[in-house]
Amino acid sequence: MTSAAKSAVKSAVTSAVKSAAQAAGSAVKGVRAPRRLLPRGLRARLVVAFLLAAALSALAAASLTFRQARAAILDRARDDAVHDLRSQVGSLAPDLPAEPGRADLRALALQLDRAGGSRGWRAAAAYRGGEPVSATGTGPVVPERLRAVAGPSRTAVVQRFHHGGVPWLAVGLPVTRADRPGEPSGLVVYASFSLAGQERDVAALVAAARAGALPVVLLAVVPALFAARRVLRPVRRLRSAAEDMAAGALDTRIRVTGDDELADLGRTFNTMAATLQADAERLRTMEARARRFAADVSHELRTPLAAMTAVTGVLDEDAASGRLEPETAEALELVADETHKLVRMVEDLMEISRFDAGAAVLEPDDVDVGELVGKTLALRHWQGRVGADVPAGLRARLDPRRVDVVLANLIGNALRHGGPSVPVDVRARAEGGRLVVTVTDGGPGIPADVLPHVFDRFTKGDAARTRSEGSGLGLAIAAENARLHGGTLTAANAPGGGAVFTLTLPLDPA
Amino acid sequence: MTRVLLIEDDPAVRRGVTLGLRRGGHETEAVATGEDGLESLAPFAPDIVLLDLMLPGMSGLEVCRRIRETGEVPIVILSARGDDIDVVVGLEAGADDYIVKPASTEVIEARMRAVLRRVAPAQPAAGEGPVVHGGLEIDASAVRVRKNGAELSLAPSELKLLLFLSASPGRTFSRRQLLEEVWEHSYYGDARLVDACVKRLRAKIEDDQRAPRYVQTVRGFGYRFGPL
Repeated sequence: MTSAAKSAVKSAVTSAVKSAAQAAGSAVKGVRAPRRLLPRGLRARLVVAFLLAAALSALAAASLTFRQARAAILDRARDDAVHDLRSQVGSLAPDLPAEPGRADLRALALQLDRAGGSRGWRAAAAYRGGEPVSATGTGPVVPERLRAVAGPSRTAVVQRFHHGGVPWLAVGLPVTRADRPGEPSGLVVYASFSLAGQERDVAALVAAARAGALPVVLLAVVPALFAARRVLRPVRRLRSAAEDMAAGALDTRIRVTGDDELADLGRTFNTMAATLQADAERLRTMEARARRFAADVSHELRTPLAAMTAVTGVLDEDAASGRLEPETAEALELVADETHKLVRMVEDLMEISRFDAGAAVLEPDDVDVGELVGKTLALRHWQGRVGADVPAGLRARLDPRRVDVVLANLIGNALRHGGPSVPVDVRARAEGGRLVVTVTDGGPGIPADVLPHVFDRFTKGDAARTRSEGSGLGLAIAAENARLHGGTLTAANAPGGGAVFTLTLPLDPA
Repeated sequence: MTRVLLIEDDPAVRRGVTLGLRRGGHETEAVATGEDGLESLAPFAPDIVLLDLMLPGMSGLEVCRRIRETGEVPIVILSARGDDIDVVVGLEAGADDYIVKPASTEVIEARMRAVLRRVAPAQPAAGEGPVVHGGLEIDASAVRVRKNGAELSLAPSELKLLLFLSASPGRTFSRRQLLEEVWEHSYYGDARLVDACVKRLRAKIEDDQRAPRYVQTVRGFGYRFGPL
């Protein structure tokens, strides 16, 4: 497995996983977007839901208790009052004359007022529908309706009402004669008193319920957080595993415990990871095999080519001697020329194989960039055709052979594609710790559909015209050489037309 | 006319190179193994040895060492690019230069000519008689070097490098310059050629290789002779 192949497969898988993760992320966002008011995290949502449930149950329990307790307090106050009044009246009524006058009624009311004691009621007595007579001038507050109902009634009548913003209870008690219990005597005793005390008790109950509910709701945060943690732990584990996979660790697996939906999800995730890993592994193996095959083939070709190359001089010499048949001479020339081309192609193939195998080694040297560019041009007799613009004294630490390969490829391409009379320029500058070399030509530029693939292997700008020129690996090798330096090589079209290749290398890779 | 001993195991390459060299008028003896090569060294008395490093039996490296034990005949390694490590080891074992296969006869002949030139082409003309630098006595016209009175046995590339550097004492040459001037390689040649040769030369002329006096390293630039 070559490192380049590895990284290629890895990046393919990584991007697939990433895009899946992004798709999932955007789907979640799509649901979430219109409900911004809700908390965003699952943990916060779970806690809020828990708190709401706790608050609701606390509220329900408190209100139920409150209602019951309030009813009990008020009923008891009423029953006590009726009972007290009846027993007082029971002991006092026999002393009344059969036809009591105002004074008798007043005395009765006075005695009842005194007996009211702790409850502090105000009593009044009425006879045969007459005005109730009280002990003092101001009698008890008795609502009209109670009086209307109490007169004809045979049992005690009570009414709760508000007087001066305070709840009151009024009791109307028709008095029966001891000797004739079935028949109303016409005497009705009224008493009314404030329920403020009971109301205070009820208020205290409400306060107690509130005081109890709030801590309960707050306490509910603890189990809520705990539950959220339990639920979210597998989710978090899944997330970190997915992130690991996205980063290229395809052997990531999740430890699945339990049998719930999240465990199912975890198992599905593991299955997916295993499938992905197996696929990536197979791809890698296939690619490695293909690359090794290319390396082996070019290696095998090299030995016979070495023998052939050694004798091309003999062929050329004889072909030029004029002693041979013209056709034989032409054939020899052809064989010699194509042998040289074959050698270049095999060399390129071997070079790219070395990059694939991670066997390419940088041999850095401190060089003068202007000198280097000048040598590249001079070696290939390009001085007259290519303009060089390099500041004097610009030095860099780089592998001169590899940079020469890059420059020769770029300039050679520019000369080929631009046509014979098109200007080609090389310009080098130091910019921010990096050496930037541009090769520009005044040709037609790179077609838009070729531009993204210009550094791919066996991509040719113009297949028909360049078939015989290069191996199709030149720019791929140039790009690999730039990368080996820790630099970059990019291609673009100039605004005014023509191709621009930019080589950027660190001035000192160390 | 040059007498060439070719040690190459591949029959086709051996035939091809022999054919090309004979056409160029060089007397060529071709053998397939290192053992055969060492055997024919004395009777054939070649001017130069072309040596393939990948040999069956005795390795090219070992052959290189054995040849250096007996004399200063120039050795040129025939290598295939990609066997870079072997080239470096071969150079350190005493080879003077290398050729990358596949190579045309013109290239091989040019390399042979360069190695066989006794002094670098651009070297300033030497004055009469030996020049003394410390314990070294360098006689450029007689192409001879003595250290503390004893004559040194230097391989051709070592001798050429020392003569070239000592002709301009104190002047720094970049590895690229030395490649071009001493080895007549292109500017882009493998500078490890220079480094390997310097290493061998230091082993022979310096008292302390870790603190060289004669061939000094100028970090980030290259090498210079002295100053003593």
